[in-house]
Amino acid sequence: MSLLARYRIILPAVSLAVLLAATFWMQPRAMSYFGLNLLFNLAVPIALATIAQMMIIMVNDIDLSVGAFVSLVACITATFLNDAPVLGLAMLLALIVTYAVMGAVIHALDLPAIVVTLGMSFVWGGIALFILPSPGGSSPGWLRTLMTVKPPLAPMAVVASVVIAVVTHFLVIRSGLGTVLRGVGGNARSVQRAGWPVIRLKALAYGLAGLFGVLAGMALVGLTTSADANIALRYTLLSIAGVILGGGEFTGGKVSPTGAVIGALTLTLASSFLSFLRLSPDWQIGAQGAILILVLTARLVFRQKRAEA
Amino acid sequence: MTDHESAPIVALTEAAKHFGPVRALDGVSLSVAPGDCIGLVGHNGAGKSTLVNLVNGGLAPSSGEIRFDTGGTALGAGVRSVFQELSLCPNLTVAENLRISHSALKGPGWRRPARAEIRQSLDTVFPDHGIDPDAEVDTLSIAERQMVEIAIGFAPRGTEARLVILDEPTSSLDAGIAEQLLAHVRRFCAGGGAVIFISHMLGEIFDVATRIVVLKDGKVVAERPADGFTRQGLVDAMGHVTAEEGETSETARSFGAEIVRSPEGLSAREGEVVGLSGLAGHGQAAALARLYLSRTSSWHARKAPEVVFVAGDRTRDGILPLWSILRNVSISILQQGARWGLVDRAAEEATAAEWKKRIGIRTDDVTNPILSLSGGNQQKVLFARALASSAPVIIMDDPMRGVDVGTKQDVYAMIRAEAARGRTFLWYSTETEEVCQCDRVFVFRNHEISAELTGADITEERILEASFEMQEAS
Amino acid sequence: MTNPFAKPWIWSWVAAALAFALTLGLTSGRGAGELAYAALSFGAFAAIVGLGQMLVITLGPGNVDLSIPATMTLSATLALKAMGSDEGTALLGLVVALGAGLGAGLANYALIFLLRLPPIIATLAASLVYQSFAIWSNRGLRIKPPEGLADFATGRFLGLPNVAWVGLALAIVVWVVLERSVWGRWLLATGQQMRVARLAGVPVELVRASTYVTVAVFAALSGYLLASFSGGAALNMGTEYLLMSIAVVVIGGTSIAGGYSNVPGVWGAALFMFLVVSMLNSYGAGAGVRNVLTGAIIIAIVIAASTKKRGRA
Repeated sequence: MSLLARYRIILPAVSLAVLLAATFWMQPRAMSYFGLNLLFNLAVPIALATIAQMMIIMVNDIDLSVGAFVSLVACITATFLNDAPVLGLAMLLALIVTYAVMGAVIHALDLPAIVVTLGMSFVWGGIALFILPSPGGSSPGWLRTLMTVKPPLAPMAVVASVVIAVVTHFLVIRSGLGTVLRGVGGNARSVQRAGWPVIRLKALAYGLAGLFGVLAGMALVGLTTSADANIALRYTLLSIAGVILGGGEFTGGKVSPTGAVIGALTLTLASSFLSFLRLSPDWQIGAQGAILILVLTARLVFRQKRAEA
Repeated sequence: MTDHESAPIVALTEAAKHFGPVRALDGVSLSVAPGDCIGLVGHNGAGKSTLVNLVNGGLAPSSGEIRFDTGGTALGAGVRSVFQELSLCPNLTVAENLRISHSALKGPGWRRPARAEIRQSLDTVFPDHGIDPDAEVDTLSIAERQMVEIAIGFAPRGTEARLVILDEPTSSLDAGIAEQLLAHVRRFCAGGGAVIFISHMLGEIFDVATRIVVLKDGKVVAERPADGFTRQGLVDAMGHVTAEEGETSETARSFGAEIVRSPEGLSAREGEVVGLSGLAGHGQAAALARLYLSRTSSWHARKAPEVVFVAGDRTRDGILPLWSILRNVSISILQQGARWGLVDRAAEEATAAEWKKRIGIRTDDVTNPILSLSGGNQQKVLFARALASSAPVIIMDDPMRGVDVGTKQDVYAMIRAEAARGRTFLWYSTETEEVCQCDRVFVFRNHEISAELTGADITEERILEASFEMQEAS
Repeated sequence: MTNPFAKPWIWSWVAAALAFALTLGLTSGRGAGELAYAALSFGAFAAIVGLGQMLVITLGPGNVDLSIPATMTLSATLALKAMGSDEGTALLGLVVALGAGLGAGLANYALIFLLRLPPIIATLAASLVYQSFAIWSNRGLRIKPPEGLADFATGRFLGLPNVAWVGLALAIVVWVVLERSVWGRWLLATGQQMRVARLAGVPVELVRASTYVTVAVFAALSGYLLASFSGGAALNMGTEYLLMSIAVVVIGGTSIAGGYSNVPGVWGAALFMFLVVSMLNSYGAGAGVRNVLTGAIIIAIVIAASTKKRGRA
């Protein structure tokens, strides 16, 4: 029973392990500190963006603006946060508050989140272009140092992923408030009936998404050292795929932060793996799609088995 | 009204609740004191759930008064309700579900007390339950979920449960578990708690209740200590004592070949009007929906459908809310007369106009939006949709909800006429007098057919008997 | 009937006209013809994909096709490769493009139906595969469309761009299908409430399957025309049409909750999306301001639509 109850994390973990084993088998040299760092280099911002998306999916909505939002944060980080840290920080805080307000408005007016966030993606993209019309800017030194630090035993990307997974696990799964937030996705009516203000809970979920979106943008600039207005547009689709790969579902508040991080790592690794495979670069994106379909098929089979049992 | 030694936890004085013109509850006085276990019985639509929602604070009365002894609110007075529909969050664990309704559990390490509290409550109510507090609710069986819900209802949750309302709590529990619950209810009341117990199992009611309240048409028609009733007396009190006889005994008609037979034993012959009865939610609607879905396809539509469906839950199953009356009528017959895949609009309008007249849809223009009609007239549109097709079998899922008496008579006549022409009707109704007009009746209990009645056996009394469990709860 | 402003499609046309007038206000009327011509040319591509996306969104909440850009690119690439710049192969190219669209649509629906994936994730995953096919098939090549085809795509007839005629014809076909055909009624019924439609005898899965195929075929046609128009297929040629296709549907007055389509509104919104950009350009606004305004307009429209719904209920 407990194995089945926790099955949601097993499949993503196995997928990642299989992919990692295959990568090591293809390219034994990857099995090193340096190799791992190379493999998972860009995983941290993707993992943070995936967590942001997960917060929204947790309350049964979807966010099409994650990519544009992370790009905007990257632009602010590479300009204002670098040149005028106080102003930059204030701007980032304002963005998080905007996200929370957006969640409250979506709930209060019963708007389709998919369209509101689509509209916001234009807004974020516009502001980003306004701030940084052409690629440029530079990363604050401390951020660069933080992202390129070389901890003992495991490379930064791996350590950071573990930290993100642990922190968000406590936030969303273990804490009381996180439990109630997941309850909103599972059965909002019964949460309301128990006396909770659902509108504030939704604002909180969106605010958390904004927070992790901000962290994703900052991490990205720390790695790339500069930014442009389109730097993270593909994160929208990657983050949705990461949540689903990690065992999350679009409805019912069934999400797993650990799974989401693993999903993000799997997506990152998939592209590295495919380049090791000497697969022509033409097919790399397609193979990512195929891996996504494959994992989802496995999940369907798994779920049917469970339903039969 | 019985006198109580202690002050009542909740007291209703002439409480009434109206939904528009519908008087769901028509002036009820009731008081529940510590130690009371009230058995609440009544047929469909008698007002049970409205009464429950007044007592638990979910609804405010239209007139009359409700007074709680402490705190002034249902929550403050320790009133809890356990609903028939499951109200847990399926994605959370058992202990986490307790957290949702227990705001005092805070801070790090809240899980341990939560687990302890729900396990304690489960152990008290259902010894040997075998439910893991860390199991996610959607991995539990329906019975286990209901047990968890009951246990959360009785759990202290920072205050103390003083009045627990149980609405059909045993509907998915097996006999042994149900007996554990009944034993707990008796213990709970002996210890100074109070329970309002709603069940279709009369044996259970007699088993636990100290007082029995019978609701009919939104009024309390009988309230006596439990030993003041006999089983038969209870059934009689719920039913229409004044049901006039004679209407049912029509001249026997002959029917054609069997045209419907379902795995659970439903059957119907050509030209027959077959009724489905029993208490609401005992599987009648699901059986009809299954039958309909198995006879139609979601991949191709026939020009002449074999079966059509008349919905009773209009918003969920029947109305296309954005459309006009005309389009709502014609959706099932679009392929008739269609050329090049285009709808024959002249024929469509003619059909709508004909049915507007025949069934009396009250509108000056069939191109008006469907939502401009009253509920009863919307229902007529759904009848027109089904009858306008050429389908030999018509399935009706409690189609007379919110329909006025005049319309009902018109529709009954129309059903009779269509049946005489050889069409078959499968008709689920929550109103027993409607079912009494059928040629044959299947009574459902716990998702199974508990009786098949024909001819002179179709009486309100027989249907009620078959709807309620008459045996002793073992 | 009496109040034209009660028709939801009117708003996108009013907005488009306003943007048009404001742009011309700056040039005091010069260049009106050129601006209208450009709007019709560029708007046509957005209108064609928008019509397809509209049909899918009409299916109800959760239905959306995210593979439109990839399908556009793939079919354009395959078509250009098949034609190889040779004269007289335009028809062959069209058949190849539409065939690619048909395949993509069937594949999308197969994922949705067989694997029971939410349409968003199914079309997203599939689009990655289509994108790879496209990259693989046009690797490094820059094939020009046959000259005749390029002339057609950039040419005009009766003063209007040919691509606009195609978009217009398609809009009329879609309009007739939605308003007059059995299938259109089925689609609208399915989008209002799938369960109700199924219980009323509508073959809902057939409707869903054909809708997902239609949107992919429309995307393929749009890709084919766009590649011919712009002198070749590029891998990122479809990118902007992902958000664009959803935006024109929403601005055009189609209900995001499903069951209500709006064909004229899609064209109005497609023109508006182009005109607002040229208006802001001529007023010297940068790309940033343009995007912010576009987003603000989309959100304002959704809020307006929701409050109207509330007022009625």
